[in-house]
Amino acid sequence: MATTVEHTPGQAHAEHHEPSFWRKYIFSTDHKIIGIQFLFMSLLFLLLGGLLALVIRWQLGWPSDPSMPMPGGSALPESMVNSGIILPEFYNSAVTMHGTIMIFFAIMPLLVGVFANYLIPLQIGAPDMAFPRLNMASFWTAFPAGLIMVAGFFVAGGHSAAGWTQYPPLSANPEYTGVYMGQTLWLVSMIILGFSSLMGAVNYITTVINMRAPGMTWFRMPLSVWALFITAILILLAVPVLTGALILLLFDSSLGTSFFLPEAGGEPLLWQHLFWFFGHPEVYILILPAMGFVSEIIASGSRKPIFGYPAMVLAIIAIAFLGWGVWGHHMFQSGMAFTLGAGFMATTMVIAVPSAIKTFNWMATMWRGDLHFHVPMMHAVAFVGMFVIGGLSGVFVASTAVDIFLHDTYFVVAHIHYVLFGGSLFAIFGAIIYWYPKMFGRLMSPTLGKIHFWLTLLFFNLTFFPMHFLGVNGMMRRIYDPTQYEFLQPLQGWNTFITISAILLVIAQLIFAFNFIWSLFRGEPAGPNPWRANSLEWTAPSPPPHGNFDATPVVYRGPYEYSSPLSDEDYLPQSVPPVDEAPGGPPAPDDPETGDGESSEPASRQEG
Amino acid sequence: MDRMTVPAGMDQAEVGIGVPNMKLGMWVFLLSEVMFFTALIGSYILLRSARPEAFAEPGEVLNVPLTAFNTFVLICSSVSMVKAFAAIEHGDQQGLKRWLLVTVGLGAFFLGVQGYEYFELASHGFVPVAEAYHAAGEPLYGATFYTLTGFHGAHVTLGVLAMIWITIRAFRGRYTQGSHAGVETMGLYWHFVDLVWIILFTIVYLI
Amino acid sequence: MPWLPPNVSAHGGEIDGIFYVILWITVIIFLLVEGGLLWFIFRYRHKEGRKAEHTHGNWKVEVVWTAIPFIIVVVLGAMSWGPWSAARNPARAPSDAVELAVHASQFEWQVTYPGPDGELDTGDDFEQRNQLHIPVDRPIRIHLSSEDVIHSFFLPHFRVKQDVVPGMEGQSLWFEATEPGEYVLACAELCGTGHTRMMGSVTVYPAGEFEAWQARNAASN
Repeated sequence: MATTVEHTPGQAHAEHHEPSFWRKYIFSTDHKIIGIQFLFMSLLFLLLGGLLALVIRWQLGWPSDPSMPMPGGSALPESMVNSGIILPEFYNSAVTMHGTIMIFFAIMPLLVGVFANYLIPLQIGAPDMAFPRLNMASFWTAFPAGLIMVAGFFVAGGHSAAGWTQYPPLSANPEYTGVYMGQTLWLVSMIILGFSSLMGAVNYITTVINMRAPGMTWFRMPLSVWALFITAILILLAVPVLTGALILLLFDSSLGTSFFLPEAGGEPLLWQHLFWFFGHPEVYILILPAMGFVSEIIASGSRKPIFGYPAMVLAIIAIAFLGWGVWGHHMFQSGMAFTLGAGFMATTMVIAVPSAIKTFNWMATMWRGDLHFHVPMMHAVAFVGMFVIGGLSGVFVASTAVDIFLHDTYFVVAHIHYVLFGGSLFAIFGAIIYWYPKMFGRLMSPTLGKIHFWLTLLFFNLTFFPMHFLGVNGMMRRIYDPTQYEFLQPLQGWNTFITISAILLVIAQLIFAFNFIWSLFRGEPAGPNPWRANSLEWTAPSPPPHGNFDATPVVYRGPYEYSSPLSDEDYLPQSVPPVDEAPGGPPAPDDPETGDGESSEPASRQEG
Repeated sequence: MDRMTVPAGMDQAEVGIGVPNMKLGMWVFLLSEVMFFTALIGSYILLRSARPEAFAEPGEVLNVPLTAFNTFVLICSSVSMVKAFAAIEHGDQQGLKRWLLVTVGLGAFFLGVQGYEYFELASHGFVPVAEAYHAAGEPLYGATFYTLTGFHGAHVTLGVLAMIWITIRAFRGRYTQGSHAGVETMGLYWHFVDLVWIILFTIVYLI
Repeated sequence: MPWLPPNVSAHGGEIDGIFYVILWITVIIFLLVEGGLLWFIFRYRHKEGRKAEHTHGNWKVEVVWTAIPFIIVVVLGAMSWGPWSAARNPARAPSDAVELAVHASQFEWQVTYPGPDGELDTGDDFEQRNQLHIPVDRPIRIHLSSEDVIHSFFLPHFRVKQDVVPGMEGQSLWFEATEPGEYVLACAELCGTGHTRMMGSVTVYPAGEFEAWQARNAASN
């Protein structure tokens, strides 16, 4: 892979001749275009993942009920849906692919592919990434990986049906599921996607270390950059472990080796250790950037410095460190040694602490603030509220004893959706709406945004909160028909209720889709700094030109100097020089509203 | 706008760590390579400790003297890589070209020996799958052997290809005493691949 | 509101007890945090002339709200140790238990019972498919094995769950039933197309009746 580390000398120089359409929008090396390419791709996958969730829910709401045929089922081949009844083979594929697509092709690229690309150079004051061509290669590796993953639905035998966790032997020997080609495509796609993530991670890490603008010290970096930087390190170190495991599994399932197949000496649990050694850092890959975005939005929405910036940074770093030592808590009931289970319980309990610190710091940021509930702020605050639920439900399953009962039940399903939907996805919606004006120069409609927000918050909770009850009742994950179990039959009303809520939840997302597209053309022009925020991206035009800044910005203070006594305004951008160093004139050249009011003191750094 | 220009004497490097992007990027990339090989080697250790009877004694199946010689070849190629870098550090373009050619040659020779080794082993029934396996130990032994050494071999192959490209650039005079980050970055990768081999040779062939 | 299935095992009460402790702690934290959040949303919402307080933090409160969750999770972890060890420490497996063997395969549970000699792997063993018969108030030890893929032996009413891993030697679990009756055995790990129908019944016999059932079946074997 030595050839991937190509160097483009003088990344900064903005091109003055107009590049062709292909070079500008398709095979672009501009980090902003690449981020937007990831945005469109992963939003489409988010939609596909949502539709797959509805397949699952339809079956669970009205299990194999001929009077409730699956809508649109007749358009699918009879090997998937027969006379309106979802077949168990297709159900298992839908379960597998909903998880796979949401985690690897929607949430992860939305958080990292979109925002690490878009935000890191802009927020550290760099003209582009350290390796723009590598960056382009990263997208153009992820895209074919996505196509291969989608292709799996169209091959004979259907798509992979071994669950997104792909536990062998079920995944390693195609005879156990009857899925041959689909399983191979799943593995190949994931291996390719790993290369994409790796190229991205090398780029983000190098860029943050080496390309910060003058004055952008480590502790003046926005928390979003910190979170993305630490996330990139997690990706860098975790993804190759998954890639190694995937390669071994591919050899098992298509070449006839037996790394994970016991009959010829392999170890099924080896996969679980490798998978979760990757998989738990992956959980933090899926939440840390969201925490970073929420920190940005809450500080700017509260017009108040983030409370405890150093603690927030330390909490991110602590999570990243501890995250390597907790993978076994996914395996409490797997048959591993019970002392090992107790050890993993201890580390797991401890890792709850940094998440609690972050929650309290967000709340303390809002305390005595001046809260502006624009649409991104609503999402950020909802993130905090929902993440608290996801965190607290995690305490139940962190207890090895309680986990004996709750493991592999809908309680875990509820837990992960409160973290990944209530947490990550709310943060993603907030972040898209917050940085949309920077990306496209126009604001998304606040009216539609509020309708979408309230409907999503409502139906999200109606969908996922009752799943806690299903789990407490012992309903297993990934079962095709719970009504076959007498003890689960009383829950069927809840299952139907959840399905109806889930359908409404997906329909509510169409409002977002409409708002997103409509606002591209009709949204209110935003200007450079619609949220009156401090970080560097808001000093660039919206959208920023190739090369981002007219001149390299110089940073004088941290990103959260809101309501500073040094300024008459309630914000003080990072690049506005203290008054005694600068000649007069408006502090932020792009923002005519900001008057004078800088103090003669150098702005305070982060205290503590 | 002029207030936003860089004050005199301040540039990007003052905030970065004073290492060129390409070199830093290679270090970062190698960290992930460490994790990749750790996963493979860790799997090998775990499988072998779980089922020692599936693995033959050192030297029973594998040709240790041949591979020891090959290890020596690869170490020599690291030395010649160091020589190439030292040459361009002193502005000696002839030396750079000469030592790069030596390195490419040694790397290709290593791959040739590995190919010969694979051919010999396979013809004696040491294969990664159960069908046609009739060497000492079990097919799992073959599978781990070919996976570990094969992925290392793939890394050497990529390294030789990249090195050929670097050599072509060297013959075109692209590297000078003041600007030769490409050679240095190549060297980092090459030494890493060499180091991985020494670990693999130890745990796969000797222990 | 649907809730935990009634517990009919000797150890399940302790697990449920920890569940309720965690439930109370988390409900209190939930109410405090969400209540605080709602209060801040109301109290500090933007009004004309409001200016946010400019503060970067306070190390003392940070230490406090780091210490409190830390203490809570340490206590919860310590509470879980006892029942976890009782359920999983091989040294604490009962020695006087009724020993059964369960062999899982796609998609059924094959249960092997000892005959009148009370020992497995002897000539009078007999098998029943998808039916687990056990006596009340006596420790039961089940030896698990899998034919093909990973299954998970799940008895919701007994608070028992254990993955059954093919190729793993010596897997076993133990528990004690406290109520005679009919219960369910389910598979909790996705094991293929028929995963959902990999279901068995559990029959708990009142004192004495299990031996009669055992003798009847061993004879007809």
